[in-house]
Amino acid sequence: MSVSRREFLKKIGSSAIIGLGGISAVEVLLPGQFEASQLSRDPKALTGKRWGMVIDMVKLDEQTMKNCIDVCHRIHNVPDLNNPKEEIKWIWPETFEHAFPGQEHVYMGEDIKHMHFLVLCNQCDSPPCVRVCPTKATFKRKDGIVMMDMHRCIGCRFCMAACPFGARSFNWRDPRPFIKEENKEYPTRMKGVVEKCTFCYERLAVGLKPACVEASKGALIFGDLEDPGSEIRRVLRTHYTIRRKSELGTQPSIYYII
Amino acid sequence: MLELAIKGSRRYWSWVIFLLVLIGAGFIAYLYQFRVGLGVTGMSRDVSWGLYIGQFTYLVGVAASAVTIVLPYYLHNYKKYGRIAILGEFVAVASVSMCMLFIFVDLGQPLRVLNVLLHPTPNSVMFFDMIVLSGYLFLNILCGWYILGSERKEVPPAGWIKPFIILAICWAPSIHIVTAFLYQGLPGRHYWLTAIMAAKFLSSAFASGPALLIVISLILRKFTKFDPGWDAIQTMGKTSAYFLIATIAFYLFEVFTAFYSNIPGHMHPIQYLFTGIHGHTKLVPVMWTCTALLAIALPILVIPSFRKNERLLGFAAVATFLALWLEKGISLVVGGFIPNPFERVFEYWPTVPETLVTIGVWGIGFLILTILYKVAISVKEEIVFDKYGEKQIRS
Repeated sequence: MSVSRREFLKKIGSSAIIGLGGISAVEVLLPGQFEASQLSRDPKALTGKRWGMVIDMVKLDEQTMKNCIDVCHRIHNVPDLNNPKEEIKWIWPETFEHAFPGQEHVYMGEDIKHMHFLVLCNQCDSPPCVRVCPTKATFKRKDGIVMMDMHRCIGCRFCMAACPFGARSFNWRDPRPFIKEENKEYPTRMKGVVEKCTFCYERLAVGLKPACVEASKGALIFGDLEDPGSEIRRVLRTHYTIRRKSELGTQPSIYYII
Repeated sequence: MLELAIKGSRRYWSWVIFLLVLIGAGFIAYLYQFRVGLGVTGMSRDVSWGLYIGQFTYLVGVAASAVTIVLPYYLHNYKKYGRIAILGEFVAVASVSMCMLFIFVDLGQPLRVLNVLLHPTPNSVMFFDMIVLSGYLFLNILCGWYILGSERKEVPPAGWIKPFIILAICWAPSIHIVTAFLYQGLPGRHYWLTAIMAAKFLSSAFASGPALLIVISLILRKFTKFDPGWDAIQTMGKTSAYFLIATIAFYLFEVFTAFYSNIPGHMHPIQYLFTGIHGHTKLVPVMWTCTALLAIALPILVIPSFRKNERLLGFAAVATFLALWLEKGISLVVGGFIPNPFERVFEYWPTVPETLVTIGVWGIGFLILTILYKVAISVKEEIVFDKYGEKQIRS
């Protein structure tokens, strides 16, 4: 059988179009069918319907806060670039007026005004970052964790524009030379992808609470918001708590006791 | 027809070589960015989009503005646009090509760009933007090339092309509306979170697009034998004038809403852009240059005796194109990020590599435009008369 150059190119072209179009069509019509199935779960794994956290600012002192930040950044191989332009951070302190803009007033006590609040990804129930991502590289898990797939992210940074909490960081250059002490248990990232706190999904999977919670000496309460009997629900019932920019309707899962 | 692009005067080839030099410089800068990462640009954790996305946004508008020529010609049979409809369509082709390149150079992981197709995500506006942009590129190449081919053969275009032309007309606004939706649907970015964004995008596009076509037409009249027609140029001037008025009005509506409501979050970006906040004033000269250019351009475009003066019109068209570029190509994107979600000001200014890449992409756009225009004008020079029997070539 002889095939002319023209016919060959035609066939190659049309099969490429049908191939790509076919996968895309199946993805839209039968979502999730192409996703890899999960390996069997560790029996010790913590499971929940919607993970959340209460940050008790009454109990959280500056040193504990620093410990929470340090342990998170150390175990997750967060680089220290020492440069605000390209800074990468998952959890960090902000003063009241910056963490809760619009809530401050001129008569506020100096102690509250300058108090450091621990801020991190809010693991929103209705996350704008997930809504805008063109590749589903950031997605919401069944347990409410807003995840990042670093291998799928194309680095368009639409999620960074969409996040009203400034929770996301971009790898403006190769982060690896800036990691002080690499934790071999957790992947490092490459340049050109977005990253953020993922509520220590890797620790939950083996039955451990998030690293910051463990380091917080009880100031950070972690649990399932959907479980009425949980410790976190008891705390939320008995204390007045606030959330960052709740008026935007993203439903943050991080609550603050002041 | 493409063979017409490889026969040209010394001046044509000098221009092509000049563009190739710009492209080469941009390409080398891009290789540097590709190796090191987007850290070589002025973008930061706080201002995470900059010049590239600004150019993309502005050029989607220029592409969409082809409709201001194509619609009066095909739907209202406005004969004066018969000769230049092709100019509008080819501007659209070059602009959409640049848009796609600007998105590409802005990606942190450009080799993964096909993930957008492999994992289609209909809830992402960017997914729709990709669809409408590629559709619009296809429609304009098809319609422009086919109509030019029929003109060359001196036969009326076949009927099957008509639905594609109508589709292209309807499609044009959609590309810019979808691009506005990229911005105006984001919670917490006060400068963008406004329903008038899409309307302002369209109006500023329909002011800057015809302005560009006026400049191009005046250049073609001077340097080639092709005459786009003085009446057509004047009509484009009027189109640009009306839409410029609408654009300025829409902006002032925003200013009123922000300052009369007195809501800090709405006022801050506008204050940052025009006066600076806490001594951060990098974009203040940009905004005032834009304002000054518009203040000069508007009366020239509006007052008939000024508009009819070729030199003044050319100047006003350049001023309009530049002013709206400063507004949409720089300040719109950056202003949305300042202040940041923590009400802090972290400023942005493009770096040298970033500027070179930008110039390189514009160079590619102008090269595409030059090649397409060379073909179109060579065809018109062969034919001499337009389809209404009027001479379109000056002897």
